[in-house]
Amino acid sequence: MEHKGNMQRVTKRFMKHKLAVVSLIFLLIMIILAILAPVIAPYNPNQVSGGFSKPPSMDHLLGTDQIGRDMLSRLLYAMRISLFVGAAATVISTLIGVILGLLSGFIGGVVDSIIMRITDMVMSFPYILLVLVAAAVFEPGLWSIVLILGFVDWPGVARLVRGNVLSIREMNYIKADIAAGMPKRFILFSEILPNTIAPVFVYATQVFAISILDEAALSFLGMGVQPPTASLGNILNGAESITVLTSKFWLWVPAGVLIVLLVISINFVGDALRDALDPSV
Amino acid sequence: MTNNKKPIVVVEGLRKYYPVGNSNTSRARQMVHAVDDVSFEIAEGETLGIVGESGCGKSTIGRQIMALERPNAGKIWYDGQDITAMSESQLRGIRTEFQMIFQDTNSSLNPRKQIYDILATPMLYHKIATKENVKQEVERLLDMVGLAKSSLNKFPHEFSGGQRQRIGIARALSLKPRLLVCDEPVSALDVSVQAQILNLLTSLQEEMNLTYVFIGHGLGAVRYISTRIAVMYLGKIVEIADAKDLFENPQHPYTKALVDASPIPDPNLRDRSRIVISGEIPSPVNPPSGCRYHPRCPYAKEECKKVDMELQVVDSSSSHLCACPFYATNLAKEE
Repeated sequence: MEHKGNMQRVTKRFMKHKLAVVSLIFLLIMIILAILAPVIAPYNPNQVSGGFSKPPSMDHLLGTDQIGRDMLSRLLYAMRISLFVGAAATVISTLIGVILGLLSGFIGGVVDSIIMRITDMVMSFPYILLVLVAAAVFEPGLWSIVLILGFVDWPGVARLVRGNVLSIREMNYIKADIAAGMPKRFILFSEILPNTIAPVFVYATQVFAISILDEAALSFLGMGVQPPTASLGNILNGAESITVLTSKFWLWVPAGVLIVLLVISINFVGDALRDALDPSV
Repeated sequence: MTNNKKPIVVVEGLRKYYPVGNSNTSRARQMVHAVDDVSFEIAEGETLGIVGESGCGKSTIGRQIMALERPNAGKIWYDGQDITAMSESQLRGIRTEFQMIFQDTNSSLNPRKQIYDILATPMLYHKIATKENVKQEVERLLDMVGLAKSSLNKFPHEFSGGQRQRIGIARALSLKPRLLVCDEPVSALDVSVQAQILNLLTSLQEEMNLTYVFIGHGLGAVRYISTRIAVMYLGKIVEIADAKDLFENPQHPYTKALVDASPIPDPNLRDRSRIVISGEIPSPVNPPSGCRYHPRCPYAKEECKKVDMELQVVDSSSSHLCACPFYATNLAKEE
């Protein structure tokens, strides 16, 4: 309510991006479908309900997979898993990044150096290799992939927050707070943090998109979500064989298209958010 | 000097150097000599103006007095207590007594907070107001600086520069300070608004018996508001005197040049022996030897390059101090 005027301006600017609005609507529908998967899925995704590798029909709208499971149901559940992995990994990495970035920028000195060197280290690791090794060391599965992705994606957020803190720290209103003898926790949490949230939010949309892609890549390689649980990545895994790729499009096209659409629309929403939240416009 | 009133601030041998760039790697660390051995006093209830070109260290002095930074050397006594020797927690106990207003009104208020929150939070924290009367207090402050009560629920971007400066003044006064450091408070405002803010500051000073340190580069504004003025050049005070005395009887060639450089509205008064400063201000990283003004001074002598000129009493009956022993005698010769 306090920021009503502000929220209205942001909404208005966001609405100018038609593509982003369409993307947002698409995302919301997908999220609702994912949440409602147990209700609307026509079959149990893990049970054999028809012939092997049957093309789409009235009984199975997207056909069945190699062992006769309904593809539409599997796709709905897979989206549920993929969105969950993406969101959870984003939350974890954003939290880690914000905390480390705040500490680094606000305390400065040795703490800053140490945190930033760790950040550089994590950033300079070959990404997919690190994830593969981690997935091999820990037991692959839903939670391990969430944690792995969460611990890999935070350096960007940390750098972003640190940079923001460093610039906001020089603002006169922070000097006024210090001059007024306000405590550090007030300066950090009430003055600096709210002013860094908007760019972090925008950045988090990118992390979300990347996490969905990474989950797909890992599961495709068999290091992610383990069958029989469906995820967009391990559905694609079935497309490794040439026969599937060339003659059984319904086994992989829907999942592939869904990944592309999800990632693209998340990025469109993120871009529009960046414009809408930029106070200088 | 100011024997009639007790000083509220005494600055002694203040030095503040900043490292140039990020020179962790270079062996000999270069330093900007922002403030180099400056001493002065501020009497209770007076307004000390500090003028000088950009980069002469006037704002640095302001930040040291506010204890926002620690000096490299020297002491600052506030009301008898050495604030340079205090810990951060000790400082917090007396910080409310000296407050600051800023030049850049854009960054002096948190863009995401309403005026009410900006003004109320520090008062509540320091228990200057209670939950019950804080709204009244905020309204009283707004009224005092000439803003409508309806401003309470607005955000900083909804105000003009002058209005934001008024809010800044209200925030500074909310903690009932005794000393107000005004760091170029009107430099970013247009002329009609400058006058309003200066008048507001003057009337508030009378009302609340405030002491001001008024930092500025526009001589007009500084002259208008100050009782005493210190002229700075490259980290040093070159002349300090009562405002009237300084303008009518400048003793330092730099002061004279500054006074001459400010436009005079009356064309009949314009023709005077003007000093025009030539050349650039030297780098504060390697300040000139001796008197720092000598490379640009038309009266410079051989001696000026060697001897670091100290502030000296110009005439024993006044509080006029000047760092140039030659200028006055030069003038006498010319006439």
